[in-house]
Amino acid sequence: MSPFHWLLPWEFSPIVLACCSTIVILFARGSRRESGCRTTISHWRQISFYLGITIIYVPLQTRLDYFAQHMFWIHRLQHLFLHHIGPFLVALSAPWPSVLRGLPSTWRDPVLKVLRSTPVRGLYGVLQQPLIALTLFVGLIYFWLWPIVHFRAMLNAAEYKWMNWSMALDGLLFWWLILDPRSREEGARIGFGMRVPIALFAMLPQLLIGAYLTFHATIIYDVYAVCGRLWPVDPITDQQIGGLITWIPACMMSVIAALIALRRWIYDDARVRARNAADTDGYATASELR
Amino acid sequence: MTHRAPARKHAFARIFALPLISAIGLFCICTLAACSGPKVAAAALHGDDISGLMPPLDFTLTGPSGATFTAADVRGKTVLLFFGYTHCPGICPATLAELAQSLKRLGPEAAAAVRVLFVSVDPKRDSGRPLGSYASQFGPQFIGLTGTDDQLTSLTKRYRVAYRRDAPDAHGDYAVYHSSAVFVFDRDGNARLLATPAETSDQLAEDLQTVIR
Repeated sequence: MSPFHWLLPWEFSPIVLACCSTIVILFARGSRRESGCRTTISHWRQISFYLGITIIYVPLQTRLDYFAQHMFWIHRLQHLFLHHIGPFLVALSAPWPSVLRGLPSTWRDPVLKVLRSTPVRGLYGVLQQPLIALTLFVGLIYFWLWPIVHFRAMLNAAEYKWMNWSMALDGLLFWWLILDPRSREEGARIGFGMRVPIALFAMLPQLLIGAYLTFHATIIYDVYAVCGRLWPVDPITDQQIGGLITWIPACMMSVIAALIALRRWIYDDARVRARNAADTDGYATASELR
Repeated sequence: MTHRAPARKHAFARIFALPLISAIGLFCICTLAACSGPKVAAAALHGDDISGLMPPLDFTLTGPSGATFTAADVRGKTVLLFFGYTHCPGICPATLAELAQSLKRLGPEAAAAVRVLFVSVDPKRDSGRPLGSYASQFGPQFIGLTGTDDQLTSLTKRYRVAYRRDAPDAHGDYAVYHSSAVFVFDRDGNARLLATPAETSDQLAEDLQTVIR
């Protein structure tokens, strides 16, 4: 098989291709325009964005998808990419202003109007409510790993697509909640202080399910044996590696996110204090003048 | 900053009220959906019920006589679909023998309405007559089929099963990794049942009776 063959989608999805290419084009346009102005979008943010989108696209639309359908640990790796690493990097690059700027000028106002409409804002508000966002993020992992649901998703093409879409979209929502560079005063949903515990709380249930999969002595998901594994690996080993992937790298992403939020919290705190100090200075000068 | 003080007092409500309302709402919807859903007194199957989960039977392969063989050729029969290869050391003959046992248990009349499609995913070694005679030694209902790699890929993709051929050794022998599932389709070609090797031939016979009925 040629290398080209590996890059072709196993099950071609025009929607995935359209979504990924649209957002990339908009971001590229928007960030180019931005660099013409005073503010520039750093190379690191650009790398983070493109890498993030690639890490979402590749598990969905290359041969990797075929492997993920037939090996449990590759399936877990696929979800690690879709739910944790890809959306994490995209959120870290904070691409939304650039994406909006990349829209053709005639489209910008209607799009903004839709985004600012009450139903969209309401739905977004509900999904980004800290407890709901946390429950969704962890709940989706548990939901799709629930044996009956997992069995169906692996046999039914539509449910399989729903599974992967829900993982990627929820990943974007959750990591954006944690990694939004703005402070609460600047428009973020929640303050930096709140994000640290949320990111860390997300870790515990993932740790539990990861450990459960890793140390479970019997086969939980027989669909892989029934539909054929790609190479002769011991089913328990397959399950253990899958469990470790669900456990360790997934929790690591929470720790990294918490550290980033913590760092921003400290900087924000320092900034606020500096501003307050400046205010006090101003006050002192004013009183001296009097 | 003083204007935020009242909001802080309601921090508890802010954090927990919305999730609580959502949870109650979701619970109500689920309960309604569960109550209003169709109550099917489905006969319990030993294997997995895949009605509506997998697409109806459709394929184009090559039959034992070398002629094209399609799903239309088995329309009106209850079809058991199984993937394997004739050089298979264990699973394939064991599964086919198990299936033959189940058919015997069904009785001659019911068994006559059944076709077992043994699809070889090793067309290089399994094309032509040997495949047909290999399959028919398990019974008259057993049909050996194979096809081009493209045909096999499209069929295995349709039923989300994997197969892979290993690299040949010095003697030209190679192993083929394939699924162990038996997909059962009713007379109209609808997917009904996924039987695994864990099922006994008695259990499979009972399940087949349910599907044939």
